[in-house]
Amino acid sequence: MLARYFRIRCLARPHQPLAMTVSYDNSKIIFDGIKAAGIKSLSALPETWLGLLLQRAEADPDIQLVQVAKEEEAVGIAAGAYFAGTPHVLLMQNHGFFGAINGIVSLAQLYHVPLCMLIALRGHWGEPYPWHTRGGIVTENVLRALGIPFEYARDPHKVAKQIREAWTFSQSSLSPVALLLTRDLMED
Amino acid sequence: MQRAACIEMMYPELEDKLVVTIMGACAQELYNLGHCENFFYLQHAMGLASSIGLGLAMHLPRERVIVLDGDGSVLMNLGTFATLARYRPRNLIHVVFDNGSLLSTGGFDSHTTSGVTDIAAIARGAGIEHTALVDNEVAFGEAFVEALERDDLSVIVAKVAAIGPEHYGMDLQLPENAFRFRRWILDRARSAPS
Repeated sequence: MLARYFRIRCLARPHQPLAMTVSYDNSKIIFDGIKAAGIKSLSALPETWLGLLLQRAEADPDIQLVQVAKEEEAVGIAAGAYFAGTPHVLLMQNHGFFGAINGIVSLAQLYHVPLCMLIALRGHWGEPYPWHTRGGIVTENVLRALGIPFEYARDPHKVAKQIREAWTFSQSSLSPVALLLTRDLMED
Repeated sequence: MQRAACIEMMYPELEDKLVVTIMGACAQELYNLGHCENFFYLQHAMGLASSIGLGLAMHLPRERVIVLDGDGSVLMNLGTFATLARYRPRNLIHVVFDNGSLLSTGGFDSHTTSGVTDIAAIARGAGIEHTALVDNEVAFGEAFVEALERDDLSVIVAKVAAIGPEHYGMDLQLPENAFRFRRWILDRARSAPS
């Protein structure tokens, strides 16, 4: 029984080395891109890929960071920031996005409140961790089903422009928009 | 104690505050007293009224924000108490009308009636220091006045009867409410002395 347990454990182990590192340089580029887009406030639920970025936000006196207990709260906070006239971006993992869907549909879309979401796309190409995979596989289809415009961010040379454009489009369309932060961008 | 009576008691104080209410009876009872441009009615997205209030309060430190919540809604977003406690906006009053019922969907008992759930204890446990639990109009009025005078985050849990208005309906489209609410805030910010 024990041997069988360990065999299963071994089979379930990621087939890549665990020493994944979040890109320091690209986290800085993304944070600088957020600031360059004129964003003054961020809501977030910390996750691995967003960690370095959030550390920068925490240390920056010009950025107001609100950490939430669950991502759906951030939809309410973003609506409050929008009503207050403060440029705001939401940072979350794709699984957190799934948990926020009712708020996105029944607050943001229903009331035409824009949301600019930067979403860490876990569980996609190159994903070693089984637990992320199902969420990664369905993310694009869920975004399509909800009518949320999205782009993939892969290239550090383009991501600042993509953030600025995501922000602009959210404000002109009064809609949620999503920029998907991919492994190419977030890992070294 | 009736929620409508509590809202009526608060109403004269609301004219210069940002008010966010949950759906259903609570929204209707406020609306029936007379709509103001600084009222936002969250007619869906249960649980998020206090999160909107937090977003408003943190980004508009010079405004007072009042959230009218309910037991059914707040039970869908209990994490909100922890987030409120962490950021502790001094300009936010979070009123939770606890009628122990999912009134708008047929009056099913909520957990606060069926079980032993104590929303005020949850708020206190989450770290909200100024949490009042009241079950009569005098105590509600006192708690509200204290909250207005206090320069700190306040939660008032008000035990009310599971009674709602006889008629529902507003002459206000949902996006229209959002647009006008935002415009009222931004116009006020522009005209305020800096």
